[in-house]
Amino acid sequence: MIPSLPLRAKGLETPEYTVRRWTRMSIWGTSGLGVAVVVMALLPFMVNLSVTYAMIDFFILLLLAMTWNMLAGYGGMVSVGQQAYIGIGAYAVVVFADTFGLNIIVTILLAAIVSAILAFPISFFAFRLVGGYFAIGTWVLAEVVRLIVVQFPQIGGGSGVSLAAMSDLPKELRIAFSYWIALGAAVIVLVVCVWLVRSRIGLALTAVRDDVTAASTSGVRVQSVRRRVFIFAAAAAGVAGALVAISTLRVQPDSVFSVQWSAFMIFIVVVGGVGTLEGPIIGAIIFWALKQLLADYGPLYLILLGIVGIVFVLFVRGGVWGAVSRRKRLELFPVGYRFSRSDKDGSKQAP
Amino acid sequence: MNLLEPIVQGILLGGLYALFAAGLSLMFGVMRIVNLAYGDFAVLAAYGSLVVINVAAVNPLVALVVVAPLMAVLGYVLQRTVLQRTLGASPLPSLLVTFGLSIIIQNALLLFGSADQQRLSLGAIDTASVELPFGVRVGVFPLGVFVLAVILLGILSWITARTQYGRLVRAVSDDPDTVTLQGANPKIIYGVATAIAFGLVAIAGVAAGIQTSFSPSSGSMLLIFAFEAVIIGGLGSLWGTLGGAVILGVAQTVGAAFAPAQQILAGHIVFLLFLAFLPNGLSRRKVRA
Amino acid sequence: MLNVSGLTAAYGQVTAIRDISLAVDAGGILAVIGANGAGKSTLLKTIAGLLPATSGTIFFDGDDITRRSAFDRVRRGIALVPEGRRLFPSLTVQENLQTAFASKRKGAWTLDAVYDLFPLVAERRHRRAGNLSGGEQQATAIARALVTNPKLLLLDEVSLGLAPAIIADLYARLPDILAQGTGILLVEQDVSQAMKVADSVHCLLQGATSLTGKNLTMADISGAYFGVDKK
Ligand SMILES: Nc1ncnc2c1ncn2[C@@H]1O[C@H](COP(=O)(O)OP(=O)(O)OP(=O)(O)O)[C@@H](O)[C@H]1O
Ligand SMILES: [Mg+2]
Repeated sequence: MIPSLPLRAKGLETPEYTVRRWTRMSIWGTSGLGVAVVVMALLPFMVNLSVTYAMIDFFILLLLAMTWNMLAGYGGMVSVGQQAYIGIGAYAVVVFADTFGLNIIVTILLAAIVSAILAFPISFFAFRLVGGYFAIGTWVLAEVVRLIVVQFPQIGGGSGVSLAAMSDLPKELRIAFSYWIALGAAVIVLVVCVWLVRSRIGLALTAVRDDVTAASTSGVRVQSVRRRVFIFAAAAAGVAGALVAISTLRVQPDSVFSVQWSAFMIFIVVVGGVGTLEGPIIGAIIFWALKQLLADYGPLYLILLGIVGIVFVLFVRGGVWGAVSRRKRLELFPVGYRFSRSDKDGSKQAP
Repeated sequence: MNLLEPIVQGILLGGLYALFAAGLSLMFGVMRIVNLAYGDFAVLAAYGSLVVINVAAVNPLVALVVVAPLMAVLGYVLQRTVLQRTLGASPLPSLLVTFGLSIIIQNALLLFGSADQQRLSLGAIDTASVELPFGVRVGVFPLGVFVLAVILLGILSWITARTQYGRLVRAVSDDPDTVTLQGANPKIIYGVATAIAFGLVAIAGVAAGIQTSFSPSSGSMLLIFAFEAVIIGGLGSLWGTLGGAVILGVAQTVGAAFAPAQQILAGHIVFLLFLAFLPNGLSRRKVRA
Repeated sequence: MLNVSGLTAAYGQVTAIRDISLAVDAGGILAVIGANGAGKSTLLKTIAGLLPATSGTIFFDGDDITRRSAFDRVRRGIALVPEGRRLFPSLTVQENLQTAFASKRKGAWTLDAVYDLFPLVAERRHRRAGNLSGGEQQATAIARALVTNPKLLLLDEVSLGLAPAIIADLYARLPDILAQGTGILLVEQDVSQAMKVADSVHCLLQGATSLTGKNLTMADISGAYFGVDKK
């Protein structure tokens, strides 16, 4: 049954209009993804360890890209500083698991919370800047976080620290465990993103992105909506950092706080399709595949990513998803609105 | 502790940062482009000079005479062919493209050069110093860079205030459509502005390459310093930018005098203080972004 | 001098003017009138080159300029005084006039000559254009267009938001401009004002020509203006 809410226009002899959010496409898309999640949950039993390990990386990239897309694609906040929270999340796991001996799952939640809490004051600095200067501003803030973190010899200073808590687990188990957590986190982030886009926050965000002045004069509390998304993205990046820590067992400031994370998120979203929910998923698949194939080429691979990214921005603005869905209005998620007129006899026709 | 010396050194360092900041702020002022590859172009110019020095056995200043015009031409071509296509209401395309350029330049330098730190040298001038009043000793080269920065900013500010090109630059940042109605082609105005910015960044890059060392990845830091100087100085004001650069330089050198490892963090903190308490920087003017 | 035929232009998918044909001669005035949203400004923007024509042709001095850029048209001698004046607010009045040197056209309208024509503009020359009154702004906008020494001057709603005395004052300058052999295409909401100065009138209704001719009566026009006879 397709959930629908009838809207009745009073007075005029207009037929009834029905607003639907689910379409046949989005029903299939969403159920297809549901099945995919179940299959992926069984993956560690079916493939070898290195594949499972590589898939953790995929989920980390996926959840980073989905939230960066919420920031930039929906909220117009082009952050180049998400690595601040990746780093903080990674260190949070080490501190809470090794120093306080907390359960790993709990430390991941704490990584999200600590990142979110940190994002709150940071947002006040970052939100003073707009557009391009916002981007560099977030980058500076991430640098500040890194420079402060490396002050502490207790967590390895500039040379990094190892995560002891999970190292006594058998390797297979540890990787499978990390994999499931990564899968779970990616699914949760995806659900939250879908919910955000469907909700009033999503509408408000798009309004803010499209026209800040108009949105604020029409009653959208611009800063508060943007701040909530900023904090959500930080929490997700914190989880990504936590996943890096538990899957690699090593936290190095220069790598967890690397601006390359931002480069990767941006590439994924741009190639997949900015401002759509489907884009980051497709982009993550493409990026991940390229990485498996080409990462050994080092600088050459990164140059290629840069070129491909630029070509997409210049010539394929909507990314792969935009190009695919241009002709038909495709959507995998029930986030749009469809109007249809139901005549007296109840048959439906497109307007 | 005698703070006079670090303060004077910081002021001179500010001259170098002002050279960086001026081009960044010019590109933003005219085209609303924030060029995330800006620092990398400075490093590219430094490597370019290295190549010229190795090939022609000249000193870095002579190399600069070759490299700066080449960078200006590169800037013009880049603006006309690539950046022009990213202009529009949304800052996203230009940010993404310049970030992509940043990655390409850094990795291309890694590929053709090496990850090692490099340095340009002027021979004896590198270490020469002069004594100023109150017994402050400063390097001859940093002093020269500061003087050069003031001269170049003076020229730039004269161009914007007094020449036809400068008028068109200011007009185009008000309203590009109406500039076409005066018979000017905004694309050429943009191209020339980018050329000027790239010429400046070449000078700044070579100066930085003599004063400190550089590596393929050092562009990011240069971008950040330029940005901090621009924000501290207040958008849209050239002399404000010099002021901002000097404040940043002094923050770093004074910070380093207290804790040698914290030079950069000290600069960041002063920047954040400005962002929190004086978000429009030294100039009170508000600029739309 | 200007020959427009079958001109159609659109904003994205929405066609704003359709199949318009008109001509302006050197030293002549054609007034385009029409209700709000009729497409008058769109017509001028398309002739000036700010909006591409989707079909039709624009000939100027015998050359087809339909595909030429806006700045090239200015260099050939077409100047637009846009709706809403569009001065550069951060430049002074004099600097606003000087931007018109970009057209590289020489002629009678030097800075001194336009200052003579508009003494008020001369008085305000060092003031920022953002701080001018509406009348001063409009005079400056016309002066700026004149500095390009146009053969054809496109005026979009000179009278908009101005007091009658100031409007009359501005219109009183038109003969001096025409005397240089400049043709004028003016858009005006105020029909009687337009009829007073124009040799002929072109009336637009919802993007299309509804009436055109010389020596029309108010009765002819009100039908074409409001589209009464079409309903
Ligand atoms: N920038 C634009 N984008 C989209 N549509 C536009 C734009 N400018 C004008 N239009 C539309 O084109 C049509 C013609 O507008 P135009 O401004 O040419 O009318 P006008 O006759 O000058 O009206 P007015 O007397 O109010 O100035 C209108 O329906 C208007 O809504
Ligand atoms: Mg109009």
